[in-house]
Amino acid sequence: MTVLLILIPVSLGLGLLGLAAFFWSLKDQQYDDPEGQAARILSDRYDDEPR
Amino acid sequence: MERSAPAVCPACIPLPDWARAVGDGAKVEAPLRRYEFAVPAVHCAACMTTVEDALSNLQGVAAARVNLTLKRVTLSAADIPGMEARLIERLGAVGYAAQPLDSATLAATRNDAAGRDLLARIAVAGFAAMNVMLLSVSVWSGASDATRDLLHWISALIAVPAVAFAGVPFFSSALSALRVRRLNMDVPISLAMILALAVSMAETMEGGEAAWFDAALTLAFFLLVGRYLDHRTRAAARSAAAELAALEVPMARRVGADGAVEIVALDAVRTGDRLAVAPGARVPVDGTVATGHSEMDTALLTGETLPEAVGPGDVVRAGTLNISGALEISATGVGEDTLLKQIMRLVETAETARNTYTSLADAAARIYAPLVHLLALVALVAWGAATGDWRLAVNIAAAVLIITCPCALGLAVPAVLAAASGRLFRAGVLLKDGVALERLAAVDTVVFDKTGTLTLGDLRLHAPDALQGDARAVARGLAQASQHPLARALAAGLNGPIAALEGLHEVPGFGIEGQWQGQRVRLGRAEWLGAAPGDVTATWLKIGPAAPIEIAFEDSPRPEVPELLAALRARGLALHLLSGDGAAPVAALAGQLGLEHWQAGATPAEKVDYLAALSAKGHKVLMVGDGLNDTAALAAAHVSISPASAADASRTSADMIIIGNNLGQIALAHEIAVKARRRILENFSIAALYNLVSVPLALAGVATPLMAAIAMSSSSIVVSVNAMRLGWRK
Repeated sequence: MTVLLILIPVSLGLGLLGLAAFFWSLKDQQYDDPEGQAARILSDRYDDEPR
Repeated sequence: MERSAPAVCPACIPLPDWARAVGDGAKVEAPLRRYEFAVPAVHCAACMTTVEDALSNLQGVAAARVNLTLKRVTLSAADIPGMEARLIERLGAVGYAAQPLDSATLAATRNDAAGRDLLARIAVAGFAAMNVMLLSVSVWSGASDATRDLLHWISALIAVPAVAFAGVPFFSSALSALRVRRLNMDVPISLAMILALAVSMAETMEGGEAAWFDAALTLAFFLLVGRYLDHRTRAAARSAAAELAALEVPMARRVGADGAVEIVALDAVRTGDRLAVAPGARVPVDGTVATGHSEMDTALLTGETLPEAVGPGDVVRAGTLNISGALEISATGVGEDTLLKQIMRLVETAETARNTYTSLADAAARIYAPLVHLLALVALVAWGAATGDWRLAVNIAAAVLIITCPCALGLAVPAVLAAASGRLFRAGVLLKDGVALERLAAVDTVVFDKTGTLTLGDLRLHAPDALQGDARAVARGLAQASQHPLARALAAGLNGPIAALEGLHEVPGFGIEGQWQGQRVRLGRAEWLGAAPGDVTATWLKIGPAAPIEIAFEDSPRPEVPELLAALRARGLALHLLSGDGAAPVAALAGQLGLEHWQAGATPAEKVDYLAALSAKGHKVLMVGDGLNDTAALAAAHVSISPASAADASRTSADMIIIGNNLGQIALAHEIAVKARRRILENFSIAALYNLVSVPLALAGVATPLMAAIAMSSSSIVVSVNAMRLGWRK
């Protein structure tokens, strides 16, 4: 069962990574205009400063 | 909450970083300001690019960004006079009608801080719940001794901080309820979470078998989801309501001593100030006419369709529409005796008199909260007394609290309301709060206002064929030269040849005059032409010395109204018509639409009395109205609906607003309300059934964490799916 000592931290670490990514996206206002973000990908304008 | 900007400059909201970065560019020199416009027509990727490019290329604009979800465009542009008009003009030129929004009004709803906070807590609870659940599965599948202790300790390490963070909304709500010595749903929830953690910690330290870490976390997760749905429903309504409010910035045009006109906020107007009221504008405050002649449209204030003629010395009311001539008024009413204030006082009384309604969720909580505590206490005392093993008794009491905890109950109402309000929003009905939907479901009588609600509120020519020959040609010629609403309606209602007229000129407040084949021809008010005014809205035509001819107008019903009334009748609702207009037009409309119950000439107070009489007979009344004179009635009714074109105050009083101005949606709203109520009750039954099975097991002391996990998740999912059925059919 010693394998648990490696696997549990690894799985927790991956989970925390996902959580951190979610927090970042939340803070980055990525949920303010979900429809707009979905539509903007179709725009052919080159956007060198996506926001 | 976002702190709003310094009070001196309410519009100067701090710009987002992207705007500031671009704003430092060379082409802008004046200080930047944030402008916001509602652009309802934006719907695709190409629209966004078009709008953004069109605006960004404009001199003085630093950055423009379209928000497709809210259908708004936000700009940072030079803060110079006339900028707003230029921006609107530019948007119009590329094909998008734009409405300026008041940035300060929107600031409160712009950054949804509370929603983000809840999302963050959901994320933490979800992350922790999943990981602890994985560890728990290992325990349930037979981990023992040191391994089990290790898994328990890791679970504790995750669960304690996670609950401490994710549970804050429940803890604070429970605390504030306890402070005023009341029980709400959050008290048993908080107690269950804390007790579950405490018991599990004790078990872990003792090396015990059962720990409830996962239960505490799933509980927090599901309940937070319910909370978030609830918040979303409210926030969507609040944001749209704020947008409606932001559409109207109360301003007045004040004439200075030197004759110069400045635009000032309504608050800055003092008694005695001279204000200019252009044709087509609303009177900002009560006053008396100083110079000029015109007609006032009081439909919004009193429901009357007949325009009222005014001249120097006459009193004009705030909120009435100036139809024809430019007026200068001297402000008198900023005090308590204005008609508007009287209506507001009626609204206040109506609101306090409105019977206090207990929402279904509150009713459930009132039964539920004491029952749960009682059960847990009984379990504790009974097991403690019977076995003498108080550790076991506390364990069982905790199990009872966790098992009974209202996961499904916490989702039962918000999930239904979120689905229902989402569906209504797509149909163009804006819900101010969820309770309105429950109220609507109970309605058995609908009372309609006439002018602007059942009717379009604009006039059409009554009998176009009555006017023939030369009179028809002359009337067309005169009408086409005038901007008066009646003249425009006349021009639109007639066809055929147009007489060639000379020397056309408008006499503000009276009518239009010209020369035709050497005779003087006039189109305008009855008194001006020497005729006696009738009781219908009419304009008069006089050719030379001949007697004046009456040309009558009618306010036609909205096209969707007959279908709506049929649908409401089919749903078993009684229909009434209650108007402030004269008896003749009201009777005509009631006859045309087949409405048996009607009353004309009702003042705002009489409207409230009418509703009170109905509710005294045990009826639950839905009031549909748009005018200022309906405001008190809207507040007094069991539930109320306003079209978006309604007066500001009416929209504030109404529980629901129809955004698309399609009244036909009232039938749909009622249908959805009835369905939503049924779903909520179904959800309560599902939650109760689950408790009926699990509570005896918990009381008997045979409940395990695995059972709790399965029952809690499955009942929550069943309840959510049942709620979502409401939103499926498009």
